[in-house]
Amino acid sequence: MAAEKLTMANALNRALRDAMRADDTVLMFGEDVGPLGGVFRITDGLTAEFGEQRCFDTPLAESGILGMAIGMAMNGMRPVVEMQFDAFAYPAFEQLVSHAAKMRNRTRGRVGVPLVIRVPYAGGIGGVEHHCDSSEAYYAHTPGLHVVAPSDPADAYGLLRKAIESPDPVLFLEPKKLYFSRSEADLTLPVPPIGTAVVRRPGTDATLIAYGPAVPVALEAAEAAAQEGRSLQVVDLRSIVPFDDETVCAAVRSTGRAVVVAEAAGFASVSSEVVARVTERCFHSLHAPIRRVTGFDIPYPPPKLEHVHLPSVDRILDTVDDLQWEDS
Amino acid sequence: MTRDAALLLPSTEPVTLIDPDGNPVHVGQDMPDPQALVHAYAALIAARRFNDQANALVRQGRLAVYPSSHGQEACQVACVQVLDPGDWLFPTYRDSAAIVARGVDPVQALTLLRGDWHSGYDPLATRVAPQATPLATHLLHAVGVAHAARLRGEPTVVMAVCGDGATSEGDFHEALNFAAVFRTPVVFFIQNNEYAISVPLARQTAAPSLAHKGIGYGVPGARVDGNDVAALLSVLGAAVDRARAGDGPQLVEAHTYRVQPHTNADDPGRYRSADEVTPWLARDPITRVETYLRGRGLLDDDTIAGYGVDAEKLAETMRAGLGEDTVADYRDLFAHVYAEPTPQLREQQALVADELSREEAR
Ligand SMILES: Cc1ncc(C[n+]2csc(CCOP(=O)(O)OP(=O)(O)O)c2C)c(N)n1
Ligand SMILES: [Mg+2]
Repeated sequence: MAAEKLTMANALNRALRDAMRADDTVLMFGEDVGPLGGVFRITDGLTAEFGEQRCFDTPLAESGILGMAIGMAMNGMRPVVEMQFDAFAYPAFEQLVSHAAKMRNRTRGRVGVPLVIRVPYAGGIGGVEHHCDSSEAYYAHTPGLHVVAPSDPADAYGLLRKAIESPDPVLFLEPKKLYFSRSEADLTLPVPPIGTAVVRRPGTDATLIAYGPAVPVALEAAEAAAQEGRSLQVVDLRSIVPFDDETVCAAVRSTGRAVVVAEAAGFASVSSEVVARVTERCFHSLHAPIRRVTGFDIPYPPPKLEHVHLPSVDRILDTVDDLQWEDS
Repeated sequence: MTRDAALLLPSTEPVTLIDPDGNPVHVGQDMPDPQALVHAYAALIAARRFNDQANALVRQGRLAVYPSSHGQEACQVACVQVLDPGDWLFPTYRDSAAIVARGVDPVQALTLLRGDWHSGYDPLATRVAPQATPLATHLLHAVGVAHAARLRGEPTVVMAVCGDGATSEGDFHEALNFAAVFRTPVVFFIQNNEYAISVPLARQTAAPSLAHKGIGYGVPGARVDGNDVAALLSVLGAAVDRARAGDGPQLVEAHTYRVQPHTNADDPGRYRSADEVTPWLARDPITRVETYLRGRGLLDDDTIAGYGVDAEKLAETMRAGLGEDTVADYRDLFAHVYAEPTPQLREQQALVADELSREEAR
């Protein structure tokens, strides 16, 4: 099959459909994922095709959804559950942290829970309160969970297929602001596995490291920098846990400068982990301290102020300008 | 408080005092006095106008989103009318009309949905908690406010509102249990509008009714016709009196229907037929009380016209207040995270200030 134009929402829907066709233990459930097809329509048509047993609405309780999914995964199923919005996943936190993440460990590897928790994630959609959190740090800080965040339709398809095949629970973070942007993708091509970062744009002067919704912003910044004669490389993490030290460090060593770009608050975050790891491994190749452009350390802003909070091209370029160029 | 199961169980049918045709129905409950009904009627007219205007403001791009309570105005109005000024209301995103009925400035009430800030009014001054979006979470706060009031010797009653879908969340159950164990003066008021976005009530519960959920916690349950403002005033009023008298919490389930989409962003055609909605339009909460009051000479054309003028003024206030473009102040982002901004927040605010001054200089 050749490349086609499609949205990330289309690609995710296709991934669910193909996974459910390929394996009848794969189930989809959550709030409004049945006849409505999910508030973002990611599960559109699944109940019609696979029936009420395979794609269904539950009572409105996130802890219940995840807890039941864990039990089903213990008994031969591969549940995919949807948390309607990032900030509405918190009632499921206990099930996630104490059970989904720990079952394999508690049972000395005897019981795995192969399940996927899909989370419409992060900002940039003008959502009112509680509709736009960047919650990846909570998840990434919990050993036992894989955490992935695609940044384009092809990767969304490939990573979701791999997440559903994973023997471990996967937090699948779907950047809401990218759901409906279209790009060319050939879904038949394999994508790198979970745990692998990729270089999205080559560059020689400095490396931008991003994931999920920040990747397109980093690419835009690299394009703008190129106009000004500066060559920025862009690395897309794709997978936060497991973390691809090798690709990221090789990239940073090749340029000697790096900026991490992420929407989430910077304090005690995934971006701080990236800085720490890369600094520990690449210190002698660095011409400047690694810098970050992140969301501020504030609750997610109301719609009219989110533009102040979110990493912007200008803020990235300002930060790149600060990477001690005069010394080299 | 009682542990007698028979006294905890709700009635088999919802209490109705005025039927959809405007005729009184004779049940054990007392009909509210005429002034209370006329007052409620005026509030219903205002609440309907408020909903219609808010929907229009969404279409004009003046509100980010609006979860309408069109058709549920009797619930909105009654749950506020039974409160004393010192009582508290704990509303959800769907209860903006109730908040305005409580006396909150309509523009401030819509600040959340306009997207300027998360809450526009002062909860302590108005005794209206910030509108809760994470479902059922606020019900426990309601219990806490009520319990603190008791410890402080205040006669406060708390009206805690949620939807049918929210009753599936764990916090709903914890709130009922805490309220019962501590015998706190809370009225849990469920607006059962039969849907949680696309999910019908049958997918939320296999219980005979939502009011039946009270018995497991020792909380008396009551069922009331949610489109009958007279019955609502009577049942909710009795629950408030009981709570104030120290007899503990009560669970009231109003049977109503969400005649409009969940919000403007919803597409109900995907999950329910128009035929299902039609009969509910005939059960409109405004027409039946109007017919009843007119039939008894308690309401005439002039009075109705006067209420219409008042409601239009409310709409005008909304249009004027929300029609302007506001400039949200970025400093608010940093000012209210802690009582004192941390050094890091000061730094981050300075960064934005610097960006803005450079932008201006350009
Ligand atoms: C904890 C949580 N989960 C999910 C949501 C998303 N959500 C918002 S409203 C809604 C439906 C709520 O239905 P109901 O309680 O019946 O209230 P209604 O909207 O009908 O007034 C859902 C699922 C949320 N706000 N909070
Ligand atoms: Mg409902």
